[in-house]
Amino acid sequence: MSKRLAQPYDDVPGTIIFDADMARKGYHLNQFAMSLMKAPNRERFKADERAYLDEWPMSEEQKQAVLDRDYNRMMALGGNIYFLAKIFSTDGLSFQFAAATMTGMTQPEYAQMMLDGGRSPEGNLYKKEGE
Amino acid sequence: MAKVTAGVATSHVPAIGAAIDLGKTQEDYWKPLFEGYEYVKEWVKETKPDVIFLLYNDHATAFDMDFIPTFALGCAEEFKPADEGWGPRPVPTVKGHPELAAHIAQNVIQDGFDLTFINKMDVDHGLTVPLSLVFGQPEEWPCLIIPFAVNVVLYPPPSGQRCYDLGKSLRKAIDSFPEDLNVHIWGTGGMSHQLQGPRAGLINREFDNEFLDRLVDDADELAKKPHIDYVREAGSEGIELVMWLIMRGALDAEVELKHRFYHVPASNTAVGHLVLENKIPQ
Repeated sequence: MSKRLAQPYDDVPGTIIFDADMARKGYHLNQFAMSLMKAPNRERFKADERAYLDEWPMSEEQKQAVLDRDYNRMMALGGNIYFLAKIFSTDGLSFQFAAATMTGMTQPEYAQMMLDGGRSPEGNLYKKEGE
Repeated sequence: MAKVTAGVATSHVPAIGAAIDLGKTQEDYWKPLFEGYEYVKEWVKETKPDVIFLLYNDHATAFDMDFIPTFALGCAEEFKPADEGWGPRPVPTVKGHPELAAHIAQNVIQDGFDLTFINKMDVDHGLTVPLSLVFGQPEEWPCLIIPFAVNVVLYPPPSGQRCYDLGKSLRKAIDSFPEDLNVHIWGTGGMSHQLQGPRAGLINREFDNEFLDRLVDDADELAKKPHIDYVREAGSEGIELVMWLIMRGALDAEVELKHRFYHVPASNTAVGHLVLENKIPQ
């Protein structure tokens, strides 16, 4: 399906770079998320998430990822973190909470890692180092 | 004539804005960070800018996925604080300088940088958090502010070299504006941070501190750093640092370092801050 050329950032571990190919794939997902900037839309979404999602021409996979609040999946399907932030903000959750879920850590574990100076670059710069 | 006299670099983490708005600046978590900004608060009172040319990025606030300008110049009379989904920050409306903005467009575009004109735009935390860090919580911002939004959200952002060269062009344009104005240029965003994916939380002190060193006195070479180095070493959102190169390009080749500060963490992010002055001819 994709005619995408290899990019130098493909071997950065644990990272999806939001480039023009991803933006095309995630256009409706991101525009849906953007719609949650408006309070009436947030209320309609909260009242019936499935029905609200069905108003958008998103793939079923994208809709399911939103329902599951699976942020890594949403990003793999073209979501951008600043757009997806509208979803966890609607849920009343912080950036740090969302970031923690993406790393598989609990929020307290993640917060402690940040207090201790953050995730070390050691072993985290190339896919071959840390897989 | 107008004159660019100084530059400020600072991170623009939204949680810092929330800490200010909610009165948490003296809490243990935040206190060391805000102490790092005491210097600039006094400095700005003494140096009294008439206009701040403020480089920042929009975070899916004013621009959705329909239009993503690479370099967008704020030409309006005023810019309201944006509602980012939980109500606008309780900060003053930003007053612009449309005549200076028009003069910049006229000169910088003809110098080869194809800017996008913005005549109506709400400004998000990327712009308002640096203002709060430097000016605190005034009724009105004490000077005029020209917002300049750089795309660093949709890859690829402009290269470091392009940003640095744009800074030089901005400098020529501002210094040829026929009104006596003291102009400061601020570069915001960074430092190392990654907000997404299993690698979220990456912080790279070594990268950040080398960047701070070289921005002061090795900027010509630093501008050549390729995107991949930022992404790999400073995190997917660390690419925001290219905006600091625009600021640096607009200053003299040699600058005086007035203040430097580095702190980890603010939420998910490493915070860096520089105050630089042009060496004023005697």
